[in-house]
Amino acid sequence: MKDYSYYPGCSAEASGKAYDISARSVSQALGVNLVELQDWNCCGATAYMSVQEKRAMALSARNLALAEKDGRDLVTICSGCFSVLSKTHQYMAANEDLARELTRALRAADLEYRGTVRVRHLLDVLVNDVGESTVRERLKKELTGLKVAAYYGCQISRPKGMFGHPEFPTPLDDLLSWVAAEPVWYPLKTKCCGGMLMTAQPDVCERLVERLLSSAVEAGAQCLVTACPLCQINLEAYQRRINKRFGTRFDLPIFYFTQILGLAFGMGEKELRFSDNLTQSEAIVARY
Amino acid sequence: MAKIEPFGKDGAALNQLFLEELRYVPEWEKVKTCIQCGTCTASCPTSWAMDYRPREIIGLFRAGMLDRVLRSNTVWMCASCYHCVVRCPSGIKLSDIMYILRSMGIKHGLFRRGETLPVLAQAFAGVVDRYGRVAESELLARFYLGTNPLGLGKQVPLGLRLLRRGRMLLLPKRIRQRRDLHKIMAELERGERE
Repeated sequence: MKDYSYYPGCSAEASGKAYDISARSVSQALGVNLVELQDWNCCGATAYMSVQEKRAMALSARNLALAEKDGRDLVTICSGCFSVLSKTHQYMAANEDLARELTRALRAADLEYRGTVRVRHLLDVLVNDVGESTVRERLKKELTGLKVAAYYGCQISRPKGMFGHPEFPTPLDDLLSWVAAEPVWYPLKTKCCGGMLMTAQPDVCERLVERLLSSAVEAGAQCLVTACPLCQINLEAYQRRINKRFGTRFDLPIFYFTQILGLAFGMGEKELRFSDNLTQSEAIVARY
Repeated sequence: MAKIEPFGKDGAALNQLFLEELRYVPEWEKVKTCIQCGTCTASCPTSWAMDYRPREIIGLFRAGMLDRVLRSNTVWMCASCYHCVVRCPSGIKLSDIMYILRSMGIKHGLFRRGETLPVLAQAFAGVVDRYGRVAESELLARFYLGTNPLGLGKQVPLGLRLLRRGRMLLLPKRIRQRRDLHKIMAELERGERE
């Protein structure tokens, strides 16, 4: 068992609860011990960054300072949190003025960030630290015949792709193939789901989601797998509305990658919470 | 802070404010090397819905007309997907420029009436300042009350589906050290004023 500091992110407490639960279950099974960061706060998110970037970075800096005390990698399941925490870390290292201002602010709460934390996404940990052989050892049910669209979205792919190529990464496809699922090739795997535009600009955002779903379905995907709670809800919760508007017939199950991994490990409802999904996941879950 | 007059009169002043913020961005100087090729616009998933396309932002900045950008829907259509950033042949971090312009728009009240994303972003920041974490249901309630109270009704069916699955909490989660967070923010503001 290797210890990691775990940053669930705010979505994990409500809309993305099944992601949090399945992430903990799967990590445990793979020898990844997620120790929740004590009293973590909001990362600063895209929405806060848009109001006041420096305040948003101060939010992230508090989390980084808390994590530095524990001396472990800081692992999150949310791509948005991953992006904002990484950005704060990088910008503090690159800009002395910013580092000085944030350091002074942190000191008001007796905190300090020296810049030593490695921010990770759980997908990266499972693919690169755990790796193929350990994942295959845990495999109980091969997901043979399951055609799946691996969807990366933006925040783990760019600006600095944590997996190399910022537009055509492969690690999620690899992970899925290790449990014998069949990732389909579709061109939009790192195109944007619209993020918070789904609330602010639904007319625009629904079109983005419609294209993503079409691209996955045309490629033959029976389900789509994400590594981000916001992508998950954007792709899943508005399918009815999109069908009505565009005359489509989407009923594509949208899973967190940890749910599909857990399914292959023989885990059930208690560990994976398929019942939280809004789309029809039963048929797929029952097959394996 | 002097009040900023919109529509051209204070374009130069806005350029100055913009540059002050931009200097925090690593390699910010690259903004000078834009060749107006339009790769950013072509890569942007929402440029078709923008009043000014991403490429035009740099052009308007050079012309001292950032006030027009701020008064348009452009920066509020950006989803921060970083496609423009990874494809820009000049290495310009346009997503960061979008963040800076949004912050300026909010700080100086330069966004157009009826623009919805500033309401969402401000509600978001308010909720986080209060609890230390995001309370999704309170955030959405504040957003719809601030933009389109009738829109809230349209969300009820989805809200119920989420609520039934325990994916929506009615009460916010709070961090314990909220006072620490407030101290950090107060110190940051004090530093900015100096």
